[in-house]
Amino acid sequence: MNTHATDMTATTPMKMATRDVHVFYGKKEAIKGVDIDIDMDNVTAFIGPSGCGKSTFLRTLNRMNDTIPSARVTGTITLDGEDIYDSAMDVVQLRARVGMVFQKPNPFPKSIYDNIAYGPRIHGLATDKAELDRIVEKSLQRAGLWAEVKDRLGDSGTALSGGQQQRLCIARAIAVDPEVILMDEPCSALDPIATAKIEELIHELRGKYAIVIVTHNMQQAARVSQRTAFFHLGDMVEYGETSELFTNPKEEKTRDYITGRYG
Amino acid sequence: MTPSSTKHTVKAFDTDMVQLRGLVADIGGRAEKAVIDAMTALERNDQSMASAVIVKDKDIDELEREIDRMVVQIMALRAPMADDLRVLIATLKISSKIERIGDYAKNIAKRVPLIDPDDWMEAADALVPMSQAAIELVDDAMNAYARRDADLAIQVCKRDKMVDDFYSAIFRGLIDHMIAVPGQVNAGVHLMFIAKNLERIGDHATNIAEMVYFSITGDNLIERDRGNDPLDMND
Repeated sequence: MNTHATDMTATTPMKMATRDVHVFYGKKEAIKGVDIDIDMDNVTAFIGPSGCGKSTFLRTLNRMNDTIPSARVTGTITLDGEDIYDSAMDVVQLRARVGMVFQKPNPFPKSIYDNIAYGPRIHGLATDKAELDRIVEKSLQRAGLWAEVKDRLGDSGTALSGGQQQRLCIARAIAVDPEVILMDEPCSALDPIATAKIEELIHELRGKYAIVIVTHNMQQAARVSQRTAFFHLGDMVEYGETSELFTNPKEEKTRDYITGRYG
Repeated sequence: MTPSSTKHTVKAFDTDMVQLRGLVADIGGRAEKAVIDAMTALERNDQSMASAVIVKDKDIDELEREIDRMVVQIMALRAPMADDLRVLIATLKISSKIERIGDYAKNIAKRVPLIDPDDWMEAADALVPMSQAAIELVDDAMNAYARRDADLAIQVCKRDKMVDDFYSAIFRGLIDHMIAVPGQVNAGVHLMFIAKNLERIGDHATNIAEMVYFSITGDNLIERDRGNDPLDMND
């Protein structure tokens, strides 16, 4: 992998930064050189039409693309100034620090409790049962699910409703005390009420974690994020304040997409 | 960025916008006609023409409500973004300005029967060219909206000073006349209100032009021009 010199310093307020990131699937270039800074205090949304590369790019941020044999990533991606593609980087640790929530809720076929406790257990975050209980409760509290499940923690996670399952997955991501949470269309399988609960949750989590969300729903990007990046055919066309991008985009491609003139 | 000429993927959205623009052209045309007719009625002391202006103002009010309803509906159903959103917000504001222009025309018309033609004073002669200047501003502001012409919108804002200058001159002339001929104070005050109405019509044309500029560019014309434009005169 190429490592490009960057102007990022160790004292940068940015949580994550990418410089000249390209992603190839075999010969196909899916991401064509993306520079982006992701800070701690804002929710960042990635929008764009299907196939624009937004999910691919999201997955580079915790090396999810490593699992795809033909995928190749070049450029620099740093977490607190540290190159996450460096050979010294422990990928399991990285994915604990940069958690991910997927489009379709994917709870383990285990109890609600075990869904949350799994991460802390394998990462050795709890020394005894009481501490693990505290982590499970705190994670479910933060994910806004505690009140709904506290009396049935032994029930299977898969028995919950879709919206609850997604909040369970968010609680599971939170349980290992991540710094960044990546969300890949977390509401696309949910009804509007469940979606609103997730969006409210994102508001509450803002500032505690750096949050990056990929969404097809532009209204959702407008509602939950403070910064939005528009992707098109592997390029990041525009990145800026969400309020500005949705009222007065600078690029014609952005405008055409968000006003429904694309394609 | 220039306004998009490409169409929405959802064609019904374009149909809605075309219909909305049609309503704005309609209300704008009616307001212009109301000002022209009110001034013609004043010039000719034509009271039936003045009455017609007053009656037709209801149509302008109804059109404004229809535009409001349509904007709310489009916003609710289409969740517009970027220039679409700006056009809708601008349209909402523009229609209320046009409705006010209609009200000023009505106010002029209401004064027609109250002014004795024998009391006409020379100082009021400039009301006719002043009204023409004001109507041209309204007309160009509406053209700027219809053609999405930011340059024309800027021109309208700059030209408002001409209407303001007419007002200052007429104001002074009417004051002088009323001091000299106290018996015509009644007519003089009505004529002064008419001059003020025309001055306000010019202001509203400027406001419309500002909204047009905003809808096209996303920038605020006042903030951009204030302080560095010698023609700019703020109250």
